[in-house]
Amino acid sequence: MALKMADFKTDVHNDWCPGCGDFGIVNAIQMALAEMGVQRDKTVMFSGVGCSGKTSHFINTYGIHTLHGRVLTFAQSAKIANPEMTVVAVGGDGDGLGIGAGHFVAAGRRNVNMTYIIFDNGVYGLTKGQASPTLKLGEKTKSLPSPNTNYNVNPIGLAVASGFTFVARGYSYDVRHLKDLIIQAVNHKGLSFLDVLQPCPTYNDLNTRDWYAGVDLVDEAQKRHSRIYKLEEQGYDPVVHYNEEAEVNERLAQALIKSLEWGNKIPIGVFYKNETISPYTDRLKDKIPNYLENPPAKQNISKNGFSDADISQILDSLEV
Amino acid sequence: MSSTDFTWLIGGPQGSGVESGANIFSRVCAEMGYQVFGKREFYSNIKGEHSYFAVRISDQKIHSNVNDVTLMASFDAETIFRHYDEVISGGGIIYDADLEDTPTDKVRTLDAPFKERLHKELESHNKPFTIAGVLEIAKEKGVLLYPVSFKSILETLAEETENPRLKGLIRMFNVIGVSLSLGLVKMPPDSLQKTIGIIFSKKEEIAKINQQTATYSYNYATAKFENFNHTITGIQKEPGTLLVQGFQGTALGKIACGCRMQSYYPITPASDESVFLESNEILEIVHERPGSTAVIQTEDEICAIGMAIGSALTGTRSATCTSGPGFALMTEMLGWAGINEVPVVITNYQRSGPSTGLPTRHGQDDLLFSVFAGHGDFPKIVYASGDVEESFYDTGNVFNYADVFQIPVIHLMDKFIASSVVTCKRFDESKISINRGKLLEKVEDGYKRFAFTDDGVSPRSRLGLDNGIFWNTGDESDETGHITEDPIMRAKMMDKRMSRLDLVLKEIPDTEKVVSFGIEDYTIISWGSAKGPIIDAIKMLKEEGISIGFIQIKLLHPFPGDYVSSLLKDVKTIIDVEANYSAQLKKLFKQNVKRDVDYSILKYTGRAMTSTEVYDSLKKIVENKAEKREVLMHGA
Repeated sequence: MALKMADFKTDVHNDWCPGCGDFGIVNAIQMALAEMGVQRDKTVMFSGVGCSGKTSHFINTYGIHTLHGRVLTFAQSAKIANPEMTVVAVGGDGDGLGIGAGHFVAAGRRNVNMTYIIFDNGVYGLTKGQASPTLKLGEKTKSLPSPNTNYNVNPIGLAVASGFTFVARGYSYDVRHLKDLIIQAVNHKGLSFLDVLQPCPTYNDLNTRDWYAGVDLVDEAQKRHSRIYKLEEQGYDPVVHYNEEAEVNERLAQALIKSLEWGNKIPIGVFYKNETISPYTDRLKDKIPNYLENPPAKQNISKNGFSDADISQILDSLEV
Repeated sequence: MSSTDFTWLIGGPQGSGVESGANIFSRVCAEMGYQVFGKREFYSNIKGEHSYFAVRISDQKIHSNVNDVTLMASFDAETIFRHYDEVISGGGIIYDADLEDTPTDKVRTLDAPFKERLHKELESHNKPFTIAGVLEIAKEKGVLLYPVSFKSILETLAEETENPRLKGLIRMFNVIGVSLSLGLVKMPPDSLQKTIGIIFSKKEEIAKINQQTATYSYNYATAKFENFNHTITGIQKEPGTLLVQGFQGTALGKIACGCRMQSYYPITPASDESVFLESNEILEIVHERPGSTAVIQTEDEICAIGMAIGSALTGTRSATCTSGPGFALMTEMLGWAGINEVPVVITNYQRSGPSTGLPTRHGQDDLLFSVFAGHGDFPKIVYASGDVEESFYDTGNVFNYADVFQIPVIHLMDKFIASSVVTCKRFDESKISINRGKLLEKVEDGYKRFAFTDDGVSPRSRLGLDNGIFWNTGDESDETGHITEDPIMRAKMMDKRMSRLDLVLKEIPDTEKVVSFGIEDYTIISWGSAKGPIIDAIKMLKEEGISIGFIQIKLLHPFPGDYVSSLLKDVKTIIDVEANYSAQLKKLFKQNVKRDVDYSILKYTGRAMTSTEVYDSLKKIVENKAEKREVLMHGA
């Protein structure tokens, strides 16, 4: 029987602040999982630490709430050990781009076939609103004693430069669009990254829902101008169509330039997609021919309680 | 006394083939039936600094090096400056005659503190600061000198074999050194030829050049060197003997016991184990399709343990291998594995700390750190192996502990073991039993990962198991694995997890906790690789009629205090032996056995103990002439 969105909800009380952008992301994930028809016990949500870290408790699949900054380390190896799992990792922007930035870059190099979603709100909410890596230099959200002294990380640009092969941005108040992006990301062959703009109603008083909606940009005709626009509606083509250096470089450069747009026009949608790069699991298969049929988690390691590995050839080579 | 107890030392700049020279020598001796105990010392450097290999061979079982060198093969000046005084009277030094005039100042890699000590010694003997100076001291002591021009050997050889390339091939110096040595001790030459053939079996041309060089050098020694009293001509070989490198015990143990995922970040002296696993990543499985080990090189040690945990959650036996600095980075994750009851194995090849410390040198520095690693209270096992052979079987055991008790296990190894090359009995994989504990194959409805049970261990599902959904969190959780801050649930969960420590002490057999080598009035307590020098030292004392007991404590956390206490109840004098500054085992012992040790024999120079040193200190203790804290200093 096909599962519905409700089947992917747990009865764990959700204690996010009223109006939190995270709700839209969790809904979009649950909708996407239902629409894709994944099996609950063949799917695992990994999460980091922070408000977004609680996500895995709200979704009725395997759920692993890991450590601050480290979510990708757990998630990648679960997929490597058991490639039949659908693996989605989530975390905040401080979690993934501050304390976890090293793992973010290294994950791009591996291109493990899984999805990473960052809940991007510019602040460390759970510790009461300090500046996070995506907050712009000189900005002062309400609980900062003084304006932010650090330049911001560009999540899309960093992902593209690190080797992620699917890079997109969503907006937590456009749940259907976000759901579609999640489905594309999960179906992508390789490591997909989704940067989700997510207003923190409690601590980020700059990038609010109204700000994204462009309430301050009302023109003389009293027409609102949302800051958010969709790349696909502008004829933007993110796809690397063939594996040639010039083609790849052009798509990478295009994505990087697009990622720098901010202010009155903020693009969402797919920035970059490249399936000509082999996922990590394929790279393992090149070294270990039966890796996909007999991955670590499926291997039989004992017979009647004793080792079934035959190390006699190695021992022979060491015998004198 | 054993009829053969011979130590051969080869030294030279790193990158000059010292290691392969030692491999040839060790293999020849092992082939000819001898027990071999070799140890490699090297700088944290790729090329140029001094490295050496001391290979001890005997017709009896040996477990350590001794202070005395019987024959030294050197092809550079530094080796002579650093080791001339280790060679015994009646022993020999083979050296390059072209180096005799070399002054200490010309050897740039001699560091200031060593040079100062050496100059003082030369001054006291009224000798010049040159190779000739130190050789004169050796000669006066009774050491036989064997000068030979390595360069002219190559030149003659190039002419004889009509291979002009050989003339400048200084890479051959190591083979010349080995072959001169074997000629001098009258080792049958066939074994040398055979060994070179095996070592270079994939490179026919190189094998041939090496064999020619070996023959010439061997004959040169028999023809031109004056008589040497020590001969090693071969004995009956014990069938089923391996010549293994120290890290191969845990690596082969991991393959045998079903570890199918290892993640690691490069670090000395641990990486060799992971590289060996990757070199053997495809596995033969009895009556089944091939298996494999996924060996993943990560961006840091945090990811290394994160990956081991993530993989363990899928039901895969998983491990990471590191050394002290890397283990320090892993401690937050260790707590996560503890609170989530994840069976994961961390193999820690310890080295000298703190910080980067002596990156390529030995130390049993991480005992207390391992026992107390991580913030908060959570259960873990700390287990230490004493030698290569033991580490193979122990690796099987520690994976069983991890699975059965569902807790992280820190398996302590060290640099002394990692960089030793020894003969031992062929590993028997049929002795590796596999116990996955309460790992589930099938799940009933209403599954709860952290369900309260009588023994504190819950049935364990794994990612991907039908119907087996569970949650994990680094927060405190309820039975389903969801976050809780309820005070009563918190206390119950804490009790459940920590009760596992009592279970460990109850379930692990005494023989796996502690190995007793006999209890006497004077009894040693120790752990890890100090075992080898202790066993050999005790044997030396026994031959003089002095009996010393020894217990090797393998399970260090939870500490088997009651069992150790019962073993030692009649002991009058307890002696702690270990390679660290603060006598870490002594502290654990005092805490758990409520008795103090009487003497400590410690070493923290970064060099492994020799049995000679341990013997000397033990003798002083028995004769009532020892300090409470005996500190060992031998070794270059």
